[in-house]
Amino acid sequence: MATTIVADKHPLDEILRSDRMPHIWCPGCGIGIAMRCYAKAILDSDRPIDSHVVVSGIGCSGRVAGYMNIDSYHTTHGRGIPFAIGLKLANPNLTVTVFSGDGDLAAIGGNHLIHAARRNVDITVICTNNFNYGMTGGQMGPTTPFGAITSTSPYGSPELPFNLPYLLAAAGANFVSRWTTIHVRQVKQDILYAFNKSGFSFIEVLAPCPVGFGKYNSLDEGLDEMLLYKERCVVGEGLPLEDLGIDLREDQPIYIGHFIDRDLKPYQPTMLKASE
Amino acid sequence: MTPRGVLTGKHFLQGDLACAEGAIAAGCRFFGGYPITPSSEIAERLARRFPETGGIFVQMEDEIGSIAAVLGASAAGMRAMTATSGPGFSLMMENLGLAVMMEIPCVVVNVQRGSPSTGLPTLPGQSDIMQARWGSHGDYALIAYSPWSPQEMFDLTVHAFNMSDRYRVPVLLMADEVVGHMVERVIIPAEDQIQIWERKRPRSSPTETFKPFQADDPDLVPPMVHAGEGYRIHYTGLTHDERGYPDMSAETHHRLVTRLVEKINRNANHIIHTEHHRMDDARIAVLAYGSTARSARRAVNDARRAGIPAGFIRLVSLWPFPESQIKQIAEQVDAFIVAEMNLGQMSLELERHVRQPVVGVHHAGGVMMSPERILGVIQEVASRGNNHRS
Repeated sequence: MATTIVADKHPLDEILRSDRMPHIWCPGCGIGIAMRCYAKAILDSDRPIDSHVVVSGIGCSGRVAGYMNIDSYHTTHGRGIPFAIGLKLANPNLTVTVFSGDGDLAAIGGNHLIHAARRNVDITVICTNNFNYGMTGGQMGPTTPFGAITSTSPYGSPELPFNLPYLLAAAGANFVSRWTTIHVRQVKQDILYAFNKSGFSFIEVLAPCPVGFGKYNSLDEGLDEMLLYKERCVVGEGLPLEDLGIDLREDQPIYIGHFIDRDLKPYQPTMLKASE
Repeated sequence: MTPRGVLTGKHFLQGDLACAEGAIAAGCRFFGGYPITPSSEIAERLARRFPETGGIFVQMEDEIGSIAAVLGASAAGMRAMTATSGPGFSLMMENLGLAVMMEIPCVVVNVQRGSPSTGLPTLPGQSDIMQARWGSHGDYALIAYSPWSPQEMFDLTVHAFNMSDRYRVPVLLMADEVVGHMVERVIIPAEDQIQIWERKRPRSSPTETFKPFQADDPDLVPPMVHAGEGYRIHYTGLTHDERGYPDMSAETHHRLVTRLVEKINRNANHIIHTEHHRMDDARIAVLAYGSTARSARRAVNDARRAGIPAGFIRLVSLWPFPESQIKQIAEQVDAFIVAEMNLGQMSLELERHVRQPVVGVHHAGGVMMSPERILGVIQEVASRGNNHRS
């Protein structure tokens, strides 16, 4: 007879608010995987846990701020980045990470995203991209691939999506990468790297959303989308950035990897006297 | 200049610049803003002055980003503010609600211009008064002051920071283009004469049982935890319980929203500030605020010279409304007159508190109201009153 084994302790207990579990995410959702990568990166980082701050906007990914057992700010839709800028500038000793979704960061918060990259403020943005607005039930967004079916594009999305690495590179970010939720080591390593990377870092993590997006697009289970990543992902480092757009039609590759790692001058507020 | 950067002395200063100096004197060290007439001089002054006083000036991409950055800086423990005018004020409304919900102190200056929409960018208005009270969605309460001179642009800016920290609530400085661009004598006190009220802070170190949104004191203000202090605190715009955790129950929601409103109502007498002139034997009370109050005071003096028992009440604070003060005045007067550069916003509020007739002297904005216009209405109300009595 099978016996149930209950672990007394989860390796991430210290860093997650276990009293907030169960989380709200659907079975097969990839956000938890990305959050785990972030949590692991914090534990592995050379900075004290209490110097880490997470800021989120609104949406499924926005809930990460509620589950991480660190100082956390769950702000308004699209405004996580400017809130994080205020935190970081007021206290440069903090390691500030914005963890939010593609709709929050690239649609309603798109203006803040590009200007933060241009300003090159020393924060890290983790953007889970699940191609849709999951929390509101699966509507199209700025990253929905052309032709994909969503509840507000029932005949296929008529819009071309953002190519986020290309956008962030053009805007001035110092570090830009893209992985998926099958690339957990790379995601964690990049987050860890971004903590110590001066200036603006942007890590895009493609994540399945079987309930919001997959069900309309023949990716009914989370596993289906994971298998799609496995089949189609190609390391695209060195490719022209404009070729990194995501197209789910036919057998188009999904390019992943590190795309930008440079040292443009990070933002420093003007100071005429030594700060106190 | 003192170590804190206070420009102690007598100056001939523009209102907007006096506001910026007030912020520095109050210990504000973060400004996030976006240029907009007629408030831009505040940003320009701080862009020049902050680098020499250890402050951070950041010009954001819009007013939404501005207030969000201000809240972030304040959450990290800095006194922080932004300044704007009507169109930018509208863009700030959602995050003003976030400040209320997260109880993050901040000062928002609105140098009002003729509105709605783009309106009259370079000319005065006072038509954002109701927006100041109700502009963000939901039930909430905040504090708003209305300066009537460059001196008060300084004084009330300092006071706004103190009140904001004291009650963990956004404080709005509802100036107008006239006081913003007027140049007058401004006396900046010695640094040790400028009161700074510290934020209420946790009395214990981080523990498992610490509840950051538990308001144990009679003032209903919980102590504030800043980022990076080891409390591992969660702040959210969602309805939350005393731990700061989201809680979607109607009970928690009612308890939270009621406390947020009640912490202002309960302390109203500490927050409210009105100024009375010739009210002792007045039968007609003339209410005004901001630049219009300068004309109203003159009109009341002129009315007195003509033998009319008029008195002047200036709302230095606009919100919360001075309900009990007004009810007391209503015991002695026959009529109220409200002079304001809008089509009847504060007069609407006054009407619900008094039984006497409330006569509005209104103008949509664009020009400062003349004392003659207000005097004319005082005379009209006085003669109506006499007819009534005869």
